[in-house]
Amino acid sequence: MANEVILLDFWPSMFGMRTRIALREKGIEFEYRDEDLWNKSPLLLETNPVHKKIPVLIHNGKPVCESTIQVQYIDEVWSDKNRILPSDPYQRAQARFWVDFIDKKMYDAQRKVWGTKGEEQETGKKEFIELLKTLESELGENTYFGGDDFGYVDIGLIGFYSWFHAYEKYGNLNIESECPKLIAWAKTCMQRESVAKSLPDSEKVIEFVTEIRKKFMLE
Amino acid sequence: MAERSEEVKLLGMWASPFSRRVEIALTLKGVPYEFSEQDITNKSPLLLQSNPVHKMIPVLLHNGKPISESLVILEYIDDTWQNNPILPQDPYDRATARFWARFVDEQVYVTAMKVVGKVGEEKDAAVEATRDLLKLLEKELVGKDFLGGESLGFVDIVATLVAFWLMRTEEVVGVKVVPVEMFPEIHRWVKNLLDVDVIKKCIPPEDEHLDYIRARMESLKLKSV
Repeated sequence: MANEVILLDFWPSMFGMRTRIALREKGIEFEYRDEDLWNKSPLLLETNPVHKKIPVLIHNGKPVCESTIQVQYIDEVWSDKNRILPSDPYQRAQARFWVDFIDKKMYDAQRKVWGTKGEEQETGKKEFIELLKTLESELGENTYFGGDDFGYVDIGLIGFYSWFHAYEKYGNLNIESECPKLIAWAKTCMQRESVAKSLPDSEKVIEFVTEIRKKFMLE
Repeated sequence: MAERSEEVKLLGMWASPFSRRVEIALTLKGVPYEFSEQDITNKSPLLLQSNPVHKMIPVLLHNGKPISESLVILEYIDDTWQNNPILPQDPYDRATARFWARFVDEQVYVTAMKVVGKVGEEKDAAVEATRDLLKLLEKELVGKDFLGGESLGFVDIVATLVAFWLMRTEEVVGVKVVPVEMFPEIHRWVKNLLDVDVIKKCIPPEDEHLDYIRARMESLKLKSV
């Protein structure tokens, strides 16, 4: 049976990036469709009626919503190569825990870094760096969060790296000086084709953030 | 030949829906466990050491190794003890179950908390918003005995939060958030849940639970004065 895979996404989304990476890790051919979030397509509204958000993965006509759920789905369907989640239940639980941590904390904190001013921004910056340090400490001396192998937590976090220059610019931060090991990890990940192909250029993200800031009159 | 006995310990709280759902899963699988009631106003060294990141219950300790976050714990339990599966086998069905579980925790729970925490217009808005979300669960239940289908599954276990916390709060909050005329399927589902032995065994006893909720609300009111 032919596999038809469509991904409704938005190029700067660090969540969409997770699904792109997972699909590429497994060598799955897919049709990428970029959505205009200010003018959502009927297909997006129909396939994710509950949240109306990207990314939406459509496999043989059936939609899967939420990036972490998509990555797990991809791992379970295409289970023959490049395992994403660990096989050991305890390691798997740890991986899920850390991706849940990223989901719960990273988005709001990073948003404050580029999207707010004054005290709110300062608090956001502190929070954000603390989160990165927690993650860096979890990485320890390992190459990847999964140990020797690139996996679920790496996929869960790496998309944010494409936004780091934007955080540095608008948050007046130097992430490498705060978290050198994490930057080293990110650069290692970027050497993987699946990651390099799935993350947008940092400069493009900065342009995008600049425009958004103008829209919300932060300039 | 029996191996070294498995040590399963749950750091939990008797009135927490997140703690109780773990108990439901363990009981469903017949896994013996030691329950350790935690005082979240005075956190134990064991809790702080086992969940240093969030410092919250529930935490499952399996042979001394900690697992935190109730949804992560539920999946761990299902991966480790394979009898009486909680999640479906099919990857698409699993993705759907995970979607609805997150919906309950991230949307329904967060919105429903505002019903308890706010007053006046804000409270009315929260009731409206909660009902809108519950209408989606109502739809999911049409033609099914449980959210998991013919039998209790992952989403049912997670959604006990709605059946035995949100709906029990109605008495105390003084608003029928989930009236039977609007939500006949949900009410039918709650009855189905109450017919399941594991559920009956694992939910907090109603009277004590209502007393607890009342006391919590009083203290919340006092705080906002």
